[in-house]
Amino acid sequence: MVRRTLLVGGLVLALALPPLAAAFGLDYVVGVAARILIFALAGVSLNLILGYGGMVSFGHAAFFGIGAYVVAILSYHADQGEPLLTWPLVIGGSELAIIAWPVAMLVCAVVALIIGAICLRTSGLYFIMITLAFAQMLFFFFVSLEPYGGDDGLSLAQPSRAWPFDLSDDRQFYYLVLALLLFILYLMRRLIASRFGLVLRGIRENERRMQAMGFATYRYKLAAFVISGAVAGLAGALIANHTEFVSPSFLDWRRSGEILVVVILGGMGTLYGPVAGAIAYLMLEEVLARWTEHWMIILGPLLVLVVLYAKQGLWGTIEKMSGRR
Amino acid sequence: MSPLLILEQVLNGLQLGVMLFLMAAGLTLVLGIMNLVNLAHGSLYMVGAFVAAMVARWSGSFVVGLLVALPVTALVGVVVERVALRRLYERDHLDQVLATFGLILFFNEAATMIWGPRAVYLDGPSWLSGAVEIIPGAPYPAYRLAIIAVGLAVAVLLYLLVTRTRLGMLIRAGASNREMVSALGVDIKRLYTLVFGLGAMLAALGGVMAGPIYAVEVGMGEHILIQTFVVVVIGGIGSVRGALVGAVLVGLVDTLGRAFLPGMLTLFLGPATAASLSASLASMAIYILMAAVLVWRPSGLFPAHG
Amino acid sequence: MKLQLIALGLAGALLAVPAGAAEPVKIGMITTLSGGGSALGIDIRDGFALAIGQEGGSLGGVPVELMAEDDGRKPEKATEIANRMVERDKIGIMTGIVWSNLAIAVVPKVTGKGVFYVSPNAGPSKLAGAGCGPNYFNVAWQNDNLHEAMGQYVTEKGYKNVYIMAPNYPAGKDALKGFKRFFKGDLAGEVYTKLGQTDYAAEIAALRSAKPDAVFFFLPGGMGISFLKQYAQAGLTDKVPVFGPAFSFDQTILGAVGDAALGVINSSQWNKDIDNPANAAFVADFQKAYGRLPSLYASQGYDAARLIGSALMAVGGDVSNADGFRTALKKADFASVRGKFRFGPNNHPVQDIYVRQVVKEGDVLTNKIIATAFTDHADAYAAECKM
Repeated sequence: MVRRTLLVGGLVLALALPPLAAAFGLDYVVGVAARILIFALAGVSLNLILGYGGMVSFGHAAFFGIGAYVVAILSYHADQGEPLLTWPLVIGGSELAIIAWPVAMLVCAVVALIIGAICLRTSGLYFIMITLAFAQMLFFFFVSLEPYGGDDGLSLAQPSRAWPFDLSDDRQFYYLVLALLLFILYLMRRLIASRFGLVLRGIRENERRMQAMGFATYRYKLAAFVISGAVAGLAGALIANHTEFVSPSFLDWRRSGEILVVVILGGMGTLYGPVAGAIAYLMLEEVLARWTEHWMIILGPLLVLVVLYAKQGLWGTIEKMSGRR
Repeated sequence: MSPLLILEQVLNGLQLGVMLFLMAAGLTLVLGIMNLVNLAHGSLYMVGAFVAAMVARWSGSFVVGLLVALPVTALVGVVVERVALRRLYERDHLDQVLATFGLILFFNEAATMIWGPRAVYLDGPSWLSGAVEIIPGAPYPAYRLAIIAVGLAVAVLLYLLVTRTRLGMLIRAGASNREMVSALGVDIKRLYTLVFGLGAMLAALGGVMAGPIYAVEVGMGEHILIQTFVVVVIGGIGSVRGALVGAVLVGLVDTLGRAFLPGMLTLFLGPATAASLSASLASMAIYILMAAVLVWRPSGLFPAHG
Repeated sequence: MKLQLIALGLAGALLAVPAGAAEPVKIGMITTLSGGGSALGIDIRDGFALAIGQEGGSLGGVPVELMAEDDGRKPEKATEIANRMVERDKIGIMTGIVWSNLAIAVVPKVTGKGVFYVSPNAGPSKLAGAGCGPNYFNVAWQNDNLHEAMGQYVTEKGYKNVYIMAPNYPAGKDALKGFKRFFKGDLAGEVYTKLGQTDYAAEIAALRSAKPDAVFFFLPGGMGISFLKQYAQAGLTDKVPVFGPAFSFDQTILGAVGDAALGVINSSQWNKDIDNPANAAFVADFQKAYGRLPSLYASQGYDAARLIGSALMAVGGDVSNADGFRTALKKADFASVRGKFRFGPNNHPVQDIYVRQVVKEGDVLTNKIIATAFTDHADAYAAECKM
């Protein structure tokens, strides 16, 4: 019951947020909410491999950052009127969301395929560290990517054009992000309930047994890794539009840590956990930061406490209360 | 490019490797024996350096600073182990990564509150301030030679500790079979606390030795932490020998990359492009090395056990 | 919150003048107060707050309220704070950002909404040239300025063969470009190091074998501290002189470098020994209020406050009079701690840039002005600015 109430209530609140905010003269809240939803989406993407596949990726910010960069770079070329590539074929930039965002996801999927193919040969702690290493490599790659601003980053001339939406309007952007998040959640639900999802969860519990049953577990894990990377790329495309700016700080290793925290705090391996986690984590950060500039001295031990005593996470606890686990 | 310069750069690489080994030794010990991923190892490194800097300023002696910093940091480590990390041994790596990530935030902010946001001063002892001309025409800082000596001494001592002493035997036994050691009547909890304290002390040693050549500031541990993990993973988790080999490998690749890539690339590209590209490649070199090693050997060069 | 307390406390302690009855003008400050680099943000804030405190809670006779927030050095957080300040708090004046990348993310957004932004530090070329704007004022410097001054000085001193190095990121490339713009000799080498690098043994060995007659480097923060210590240990300080911009020889850093920095020559638009009443009051009050010597960043925060104060006075605290406020800012009619100061056509400083040397006063390392590199120096991007 609690679960259902929260889900329906949360959805209603999410839909009603912009008019409510306007009524109270708190329009800026819509922007904050959009950022929370974007981080929720990044969390959802990580949750697929972490929560359902048992793969602890410590480099997820890489896909987040690449997605953001793809949108910014395409927009930059469209704005400057210079083609992105002239050989072997002429490819121009684009400010259209319908082109740029799928391209962001595609690029992330390809990068995830390459990184995943290498990383998934290892497991356990080695996997954690090699994903971190790849994220670091990409971080330094973007730092020295001079044509696109390097460490200074790159501003978007304008947000992507996503007809019929006007993304420079906070509310319309918010609703688009919300719609995408709900759509991805729906797809995730279908995916997890599918045979693919069953196999993935089976691998998390016992990979050897799944192998013995004749499943090519490597391929399943790789597929999940690629999907996860692509969805993180979408989140990156959205954050680029939210901030109208990208920089290598989106790929910082601490950011990978934050996405992990979002998933754990919300409850890994639960569909809505990352959403709850993103809301809780980012709100907490806001509140603490306004209370004291030494907010990290509280947030740090709080994380330790969550890991020690609230491992199921927020949504996990709710599911348990509702008898779902 | 003279052969002497190449020799000097190789020496620089070795020295950086030994520096990394000082950090990695404690990390790999804790990781290998207790199966605990401690991201806060870098924080202990920072605590060691700050404590030494503070004490050295009061006492006017680097050595006194070092001697105080080691037990103080070990104590900090023991407290952290007792309060928080002890509960994490049975958990998976993910929990450990997250909890110790939280500890990093805590330690950074605590250090800012205690010592301020600015970098602090720490210099080596005056009798090590000179340079020794071991390579003709290139005087080598005596302090860096001291780092090499300390690093090798730590390597030997750790080797002896693990292979020759009763503590080492218990440590090795504890690593492979917790229940068995407990059944023999050894207090495994105390043993682990002891090992963690030792790891913290090694981190502090790394931090204090680094103090006179690097900036002692908040966040100093994080940068070197990632490099240290690269070392540990390349060497094989839990292997002291692997950590030494991995550290030297990383030190050499990093140093030689920075030293000779620009020159090599200038042969093919314009100087400006070469300078920029080689800097990018040098930044990525150790991560590429790590990925390559893991592709070749998914459990590192010297897998310790299992 | 805490900052308001500091400002109020200072107000009470220094002047005890009651604030006017009118609603104070809100000034939004987005700066880095936690994590790496927070020393810079804290100094900017403290310098700014000092100016408010000296006037008992006002700037230019107009009561103000400073709202300072921590951006954690993250661009998306900075833009979000900026949005909130504009939309909820209806703030018309902003300042505070330390880093170029955050400034590039935030400044065009807020100035596009009619907000005035006064930069107390970052001055990327993007915002000085084609990206300039009528509501954006930089009261510190354009990023290249201090490096250009060193290039000029090193040339004047007759150095012919200089080794130059900087981190491999845009500010580093701009630094070396700025140096080369005024340096007329040859380069013994041009090296880009890793961002955040700690060990410079390889670079120092290569440098030694290149046999330069001087070294110019731009390595901000901990990188510079590490480099200087290692350079001194390699025994090169006496043999090959080092030159750099003020950032690596600032009061926030000198204490950590120690004697390795002694005697090094660097460039700056400010120093605590510049002889004018505004500077004397600033240096004395800063030490009294915070118990430490003011840094370059504190002086920039202080000047940002004084500049804003002069414009507030001109419009009687009515920031909605945008044209009047803009004209008043542009006039820069305030007593800058560096002496004379005016804005060029792109709203960036036209100012003298000095050459300083690191000296010891008692036990404390600090800087002393030994020469003037440029008089009335403007930046190289003003021509690209179309306003």
